[in-house]
Amino acid sequence: MNIPHKSVPIADLHREPLRQLLTALADDHLILGHRHSEWTGLGPILEEDIAFSSIAQDQMGHALGFYTLLHEHLGAPDPDIHAFTRQEAEFSCCQLVEWPIGDYDFSLTRHLFFDLAAGLRMETLSLSSFTPLAQLATKIRGEVKYHIFHAKTMVGQLGNSSDETAKARMQTAINRQFGLALGMFEPRLGEQILDDAHIAPIESKWRERWLEALNAVLDGTGLQIPDPDRIEPVFGGRNGYHTEYLQPLLHEMTEVFRLDPQAEW
Amino acid sequence: MSVEIQSLDPRINRLGLHTHEPGSPDTLPPHDHWGTYQVFHQKKRGDRHTAVGIVHAPGAELAMAYAKEQFGRRGETANLWVVDTRHVMALDYADQDMFATTPEKTYRDPGGYKVNDKIDAYREKMSHEHTP
Repeated sequence: MNIPHKSVPIADLHREPLRQLLTALADDHLILGHRHSEWTGLGPILEEDIAFSSIAQDQMGHALGFYTLLHEHLGAPDPDIHAFTRQEAEFSCCQLVEWPIGDYDFSLTRHLFFDLAAGLRMETLSLSSFTPLAQLATKIRGEVKYHIFHAKTMVGQLGNSSDETAKARMQTAINRQFGLALGMFEPRLGEQILDDAHIAPIESKWRERWLEALNAVLDGTGLQIPDPDRIEPVFGGRNGYHTEYLQPLLHEMTEVFRLDPQAEW
Repeated sequence: MSVEIQSLDPRINRLGLHTHEPGSPDTLPPHDHWGTYQVFHQKKRGDRHTAVGIVHAPGAELAMAYAKEQFGRRGETANLWVVDTRHVMALDYADQDMFATTPEKTYRDPGGYKVNDKIDAYREKMSHEHTP
């Protein structure tokens, strides 16, 4: 994703909170993109395989966009170096995206949870007072719109299925990862500062809108979400605390890169 | 003897797949196959939608989700249509003889109309009018 190279001044006060936000977004998209790509060639049917693989590619593209902003405006290393050379504890992705793909019900539910949140984030960020982020979010928004359409349709199809097993599996997938999904909205360091500056809202605002959107999607299907007030959100990812699944993923993801970090691609 | 499949692709190894035992019956359960949807692609607004192929899907919405990635993943797209193949009425190839004599009816070809002289005359006239 090409972003016009033009460094804009950022107030000192905003630099670290902005770095936190962009790194969280970049790492979430990168790790989930990698997870989604693990379905390539193994998808349930050809058409779904192609659609899901495209969504995985999109997530990688979004990650590149955020790493590029970090590189151009906040002094982070080149996107490839940044994405492929950090240690596990330096990643600030939420734990939801780290979990192995599981069965298709798990991956599909995660895709719905994540992209519904991404859609809301991009919608708000397209109005960000930090113009380069607003431009990037506007570009990403259209792609996420398709992701949500795909996720809603698939989940709706299975949730309305006359096959009780299919329905039960989807409901179980929702129940099992709901706490992880709430972890997407772990408060970021300095988030109020960005909210005050109209750069990005605090996470709890996104969380509220996400719950509304999710209820609207599941309304009319046979599926429902657990009571969010009774589920413990799985936090820690934004501060570098990860599941045992992230390290092996990073090892596999960077295997080719590490062969020759200087290689021209 | 069935052996665990070893692949260069770590994802395949994680599945713990085994080779098919020679001579063992095919135990794959029968599937309900999804029907097909015809996909029509429009490049620009105002262009006609062109039939580009099919997708398998259980309903129109998922067909659209798939059509977007099968047929709208490259180049420009303004719009897509999907139509349940069962809603398309087609002729039987056995009836192709209805068209057997059509190629002979050359008087229906647009080449039969002598309009080029008129077009040339019009162009000539316009170019004179615009010359100062």
